[in-house]
Amino acid sequence: MAKSVITIGPYHPLQEEPELFRLTIEGEKVLNIDVMVGYNHRGIEKLSESRTFDQATFVIERICGICSTSHPFAYTRAVEDIIGLEVPERAKYIRTIVAEIERIHSHLLWMGLAGHFLGYNTVYMWVWKLREEILDVLEALTGNRNNYAMFKPGGVRRDINPDDISFVLKKIDGILPTIEMLKKAILDDPVLHARLKGIGTFTREEAIDYCALGPTSRASGVARDVRKDTAYGAYDRIDWDMIVTENGDVFDKAVIRILETYESVKIVKTCLQNLPGGEIDLNITSIPPGEGIGAHEAPRGETFHYVRSDGTNRPVRHKVRAPTFMNLPTLKATVPGCTISDATIILAAIDPCYCCTERMVAVRSPEGDLLYNGDDLVRLSQEKTASIMKRMGIK
Amino acid sequence: MSLTLRALLKSPWVFHLSTGSCNNCDIEILDCLTPRFDIERFGMRLAGSIRHADVLLVTGSCNRKSMVRVKQIYEEQTPKPCLVIAIGECALSRGLFIDSYNCPLPLDKIIPIDIYIPGCPPKPEAIIAGVVKLINKVKGTL
Ligand code: SF4
Repeated sequence: MAKSVITIGPYHPLQEEPELFRLTIEGEKVLNIDVMVGYNHRGIEKLSESRTFDQATFVIERICGICSTSHPFAYTRAVEDIIGLEVPERAKYIRTIVAEIERIHSHLLWMGLAGHFLGYNTVYMWVWKLREEILDVLEALTGNRNNYAMFKPGGVRRDINPDDISFVLKKIDGILPTIEMLKKAILDDPVLHARLKGIGTFTREEAIDYCALGPTSRASGVARDVRKDTAYGAYDRIDWDMIVTENGDVFDKAVIRILETYESVKIVKTCLQNLPGGEIDLNITSIPPGEGIGAHEAPRGETFHYVRSDGTNRPVRHKVRAPTFMNLPTLKATVPGCTISDATIILAAIDPCYCCTERMVAVRSPEGDLLYNGDDLVRLSQEKTASIMKRMGIK
Repeated sequence: MSLTLRALLKSPWVFHLSTGSCNNCDIEILDCLTPRFDIERFGMRLAGSIRHADVLLVTGSCNRKSMVRVKQIYEEQTPKPCLVIAIGECALSRGLFIDSYNCPLPLDKIIPIDIYIPGCPPKPEAIIAGVVKLINKVKGTL
């Protein structure tokens, strides 16, 4: 049978973000997949290097709207690693609370979108309605529905008001019955079983080979979670379980996300009930030269930040590695061999986030010399802008 | 007002175009469609293709790669008349990405824009209010 190519994107109704998938197909079967990104690249690492350490937190937050706690969490940990200090206990708890509420919102968002991709719009509407309650909680705690601006190197920017605690606890308890109902509706639905079980199976060996992260790896039986592996925030002071399943198919990835929502609810509740008193911020005044790393388990997997300081008030180098960067190549293992109709949900199952992932690539010759240096890239970039503007007739 | 424009205002179908955003603006747009805000009751719904849409919602600070495509989508694929709404600080002025090496031009230098909705991200209420203002503006009652 003749091979043909289907392109999905870059502006496709199924995806919120622009990205291009090229599926090589033979009949119904997908033979190969190619992913092209770059429609979202905004040069955040470079921008952050032109801001002060405090300002960079706001830039980092806007890497990704869904992970607007995870990136600052990892970044502030990296800055604190340079100085070698521990944030106050209360700040740790507040950070954990915001991070976990964000995880609930992110997993709910994924569940809704996954329902939408499957043509199960009831789930989409129900889940997103529920998600609004979580956004209310975030708005009460941080003042914002998204882009919370809670983090700063050395602590948090805003304290939790004692009056808010009962409100938040009430809201969180209020969503539990609905999550329970959704869990039943999703996990006991025979149609979803038929549609998701055994689809896009990702084995344990593959998960290790591809260095998959977060729910994508935990669904394949790799028990890896930064929150358990390194003690940070309040995660080591609280009792919670890491969810791991064995099958690695799309269904298991959904199970992981649903069950993790429960764990997050548990963590938030325990943290709020045991919130210690004291300072929330160390008021850092200077940052010594040095380098630091910070990691945080974002809803999609480990986010990793590297920051180098030369003693001035700006980072000299800031490197971000988002989880989708590692999870995206796993599509090479899961998509080939499936049918076209399954491909969409397998693509969605890793919960991809492209705005975190997009990178600039420096070009090296086979001998290892850098073919382009900074000046070359600036020149190239100016030439390219000029040529695009000319082509489009913009003055 | 032309007949097509009058017909368009009755039930505007929107198409959402992300030109390099952080996702929050896009999520808030989707939020408008879900039960709490439910703009479908005003006859607005998300269209699957720009060829079916009357209103283009643009988010994000247009980068080099999407610039060309945005222009192409607007000029070659969009049936006119089409109203364009820029949502979020990024689409208005590039927001904090104004110094970025990959965001050379603000969106309104690339395609004409009818209304700007500020905010980072604007709340769904603001988006709905903006759309209503646009409709009133076109009707000439604002
Ligand atoms: S305006 Fe703000 S929320 Fe919207 S895309 Fe830009 S950075 Fe994200």
